[in-house]
Amino acid sequence: MKRTVDATGLACPLPVIETKKALKDMSQGVLEVIVDNVISLQNLEKMAKQMGLSYTLETESDTRHSIYMTVGEGVVEEPRAEGREPEIVSGTKVVVLSSETMGSGDDKLGRVLMKGFIYALTELDRLPDKVLLYNSAVKLSVKGSDSLIDLQKLADAGVEILNCGTCLNFYDLTDELAVGSVTNMYEIVQSQMEAGTIIRP
Amino acid sequence: MVGFDHADDAAVYQLTDDLAIVQTLDFFPPMVDDPYIFGQIAAANALSDIWAMGAVAKTALNIVCFPEKMNIEVLSQVLQGGSEKVMEAGAVLAGGHSIDDVDVKYGLSVTGIIDPRKIYKNVGSKVGDVLILTKPLGVGICCSANRVGEASQRAMDQAIQSMTTLNKYAAEVVRRYPVHACTDVTGFGFLGHLHEMLSNAHATALVYSSEVPHIPEAIHYAEEFLITGAAQRNRNFLEKNVQIEAGVPFGIEELLYDPQTSGGLLVSVPKEVGEEILRELRKLDLPCGIVGEIVPRKEKEIIVR
Repeated sequence: MKRTVDATGLACPLPVIETKKALKDMSQGVLEVIVDNVISLQNLEKMAKQMGLSYTLETESDTRHSIYMTVGEGVVEEPRAEGREPEIVSGTKVVVLSSETMGSGDDKLGRVLMKGFIYALTELDRLPDKVLLYNSAVKLSVKGSDSLIDLQKLADAGVEILNCGTCLNFYDLTDELAVGSVTNMYEIVQSQMEAGTIIRP
Repeated sequence: MVGFDHADDAAVYQLTDDLAIVQTLDFFPPMVDDPYIFGQIAAANALSDIWAMGAVAKTALNIVCFPEKMNIEVLSQVLQGGSEKVMEAGAVLAGGHSIDDVDVKYGLSVTGIIDPRKIYKNVGSKVGDVLILTKPLGVGICCSANRVGEASQRAMDQAIQSMTTLNKYAAEVVRRYPVHACTDVTGFGFLGHLHEMLSNAHATALVYSSEVPHIPEAIHYAEEFLITGAAQRNRNFLEKNVQIEAGVPFGIEELLYDPQTSGGLLVSVPKEVGEEILRELRKLDLPCGIVGEIVPRKEKEIIVR
């Protein structure tokens, strides 16, 4: 399957946005995007690189350039008809921490449990792909937190530690953040939607 | 006095031993929908060069391009926003000039004064300096995302707060300390202006990507490729001087190249005073940070880690 997006006459970031839309509808095949300037072509090239797509470039004239992106090679997506189980077993593992305590009951106990939980995560054979922290859980990622060392260990091992920016702001801790990066609701939702497994202590 | 060799921010003309005038000019088309806010941003941006030189703003003249057919009320709001910022700067709006044009453009020509012995150059970083950035990066990407309807209200509010804030306040803090180099971050992006600052320094700037103040959502927009042509142009120009270490997220990298409108001051100061300046700057209520340090020259002029 081959598709073409003619993005001539469009200024950045529109060529990229149109390309993203087209890619979303494609499971396999080649997408050709035509642009009228080198800068747009370079921005598309940057996107293809970031998305791990293989691509080739072609320049017809100063005002006509094409990028051909190949979709669906290498990482073959399982067709949905084959049942849901493989998706659940594979897919990303996301740990969601929504509070600084684990379970409900005594807060002091809850904090001890949470510290133990995060430590136990570091000992897993297969680490989670992401840890999402929101509401009071962001207090675990700031300077002086008991779990800082363990979260840092996870981060160093390649686990994405994502802290809710709104929550850091709310608790006035934005400047105190000591591990991981700041995220937003869009990414919090997206990470959970795309997850194969979600773990909530 | 200050020549064009180092792409300095404004022209300086010496009158007496202890008095020089500083002249600068900037204008551009709207990057936000609200004409009043656009006026504020354009004025804050045009005035910024004055503070980047360490000068004091005295008079300003409006520069206006406006379509004859357009509602004149829009223009009056643009000018209102502009004049309020000139007043806040402590300067006098002394007139201006307008022409009929197909698109709206607005800005100022500003004149300030300075003691010629105390001019901040945009070059002169020394090994052992730390680099301080007084405003968050990402306003260019946020405006770009907003143009295609993808920016959140929160991100735009943060961008607007940053763009409408005068660099006057940061300059008043910085002025109390020794400054080796100072510039404002605008069209060439953070790395572009840092590159300028390092010309002839025979040193390397180490940039700590995790310390760079930024609008949180801007990273996400960059990762969604809501990126600008101008940032790519900056990248093409600068790439050969810059080493981005593995592990620096793509979003941050893009932010470092992103052109800023009415961006913050980038100052190079001795390490000893860095923390104290930062504490004072934090009181101004904008994300700011010590974003790097100047070290003996390595292979590349700028290393981002």
